[in-house]
Amino acid sequence: MDRHVYLDHAATTFVKKEVLDEMLPYFAEKYGNASSLHRDGREARAAIDRARSRTAGAIGARDEEIIFTSGGTESDNLAIKGVAEAYEQKGRHIITTKIEHDAVLNTCEYLEKKGFEVTYLPVDEYGLVSPETLEKAIRSDTILISVMFANNEIGTLEPIDKIGEIARAKNIIFHTDAVQAVGSVPIDVEKMKIDMLSLSAHKIYGPKGTGALYVKKGIKLSPQSHGGAHESKRRAGTENVPGIVGLGKAIELAGANIGGYAERLRAMREKLIRGIQENVSDVRLNGHPEKRLPGNANFSFEFIEGEALLLLLDMAGISSSTGSACTSGSFKPSHVLSAIGLPAEIAQGSVRFTFGDANKEGDADYCIEQIIKIVQRLRAMSPLFAQEKGMRKNV
Amino acid sequence: MSEMSYNEIVLEHFTNPRNVGEIQDPDGEAILTSKVCGDMMKVQIKVENGAVADIKFKTFGCGAAIASSSIATEMVKGKTVEEALKITNNAVVDALGGLPPAKLHCSVLAEQAIKMALEDYVNKHKQG
Ligand SMILES: Cc1ncc(COP(=O)(O)O)c(C=O)c1O
Ligand code: FES
Repeated sequence: MDRHVYLDHAATTFVKKEVLDEMLPYFAEKYGNASSLHRDGREARAAIDRARSRTAGAIGARDEEIIFTSGGTESDNLAIKGVAEAYEQKGRHIITTKIEHDAVLNTCEYLEKKGFEVTYLPVDEYGLVSPETLEKAIRSDTILISVMFANNEIGTLEPIDKIGEIARAKNIIFHTDAVQAVGSVPIDVEKMKIDMLSLSAHKIYGPKGTGALYVKKGIKLSPQSHGGAHESKRRAGTENVPGIVGLGKAIELAGANIGGYAERLRAMREKLIRGIQENVSDVRLNGHPEKRLPGNANFSFEFIEGEALLLLLDMAGISSSTGSACTSGSFKPSHVLSAIGLPAEIAQGSVRFTFGDANKEGDADYCIEQIIKIVQRLRAMSPLFAQEKGMRKNV
Repeated sequence: MSEMSYNEIVLEHFTNPRNVGEIQDPDGEAILTSKVCGDMMKVQIKVENGAVADIKFKTFGCGAAIASSSIATEMVKGKTVEEALKITNNAVVDALGGLPPAKLHCSVLAEQAIKMALEDYVNKHKQG
């Protein structure tokens, strides 16, 4: 099968040519260390400064509020542990949600072992956090609220501005993991009252292993790596100059055309959703019908198992991702699908398709055609489907 | 996490599974759910002259579960019930040329469901 349709942009994206072109000179030609005073160092410093301005500009922040990191995971770790340690005299309570990425969840669990208390807010059937529930969870010792901007599995967009409002009114630091949202949704940290924001380059056509954390001026942060005075003493280590340059270019390109990009993705995504809903029975769309990332579609196909579906899609040239327990390593269904109340056996048949710039006209149609065939084939060998359809004795 | 990719034998059996389906009036049958992942396996057998004349399976399971049941049903087909009962999970995994460590329980699901269907036949046979 020659055809290749990449529908896993939420996992990672290709690096755009314009991005790569800007990065390349910083490997072998402009290789200076940005901490050096000589011309080579100054050249690297200037490149980092430019990337910082571009990154800040894309989210409505000031240059000095951007810390470059090794990606979304490090940004989340630095934000949460950095605030927890810096403010533990004030309180040891953190509020987050049940549907965060592991980078946030496992960091919170780590802090629980260190004596912090964490409230994991529930979500409704669409994956939405309730601002009212959040407000009620706030205590006198709450020091941090961390709610993701957009969920990576089901694409749900959280009510970030309402949460920002509440946090600001109560004078609590508000962090959001916007790794999936940047580039697809307009973000203004000032207007949305966001105090800290994590982002990652490889989800927006930049390089892997590079990200940033925005930290509003005035917020204290306890550094999580110790060494030189890099990044205003908040993140030690010689800067990854080519990566940072790539992030700067990628986020600038993304910011220049969020509307058009989102529109293009939404059209392909809607086509897929319609095609599946019209042609496949016993299928469920996970996430919110409107409040969702433009490129995200997440389905549960009843009576079949997601890994088998994913493998057959792969053989047909389609790259997707599954929330099935069978591929998780822990054999538990995805924590996000559990949180929205999906029974385990339905979560088992869940597959995520995420559109992006690797897609073209016709990809959705091809995907629909293949899904119809593959689902039919797997259901024909499913004991659950036979039972459900009352064919048990006769076929 | 352990290596999750499947070898060519596994992929071949997964893509073209043998013995998928159902048997009308089976002589023995079993439905088993995995305690590890919640997946499900159904096996039915037809016995003639003390030997497994036909065997069919259906599964709500992963790639490894499908490949394991395909090869395991091939292995017991034609054998006497007594011999067939001697099938081991190791033999199934060996025949597949190995499975990722995290996927060994899927072959156990196949092997156990086959054994239970055979035992179901033996029990019915004793009574009747
Ligand atoms: C919501 C979310 N947060 C954090 C991350 C981690 O980012 P990175 O891969 O850059 O460490 C991801 C990426 O998978 C993500 O989707
Ligand atoms: S049968 Fe469930 S993981 Fe293989």
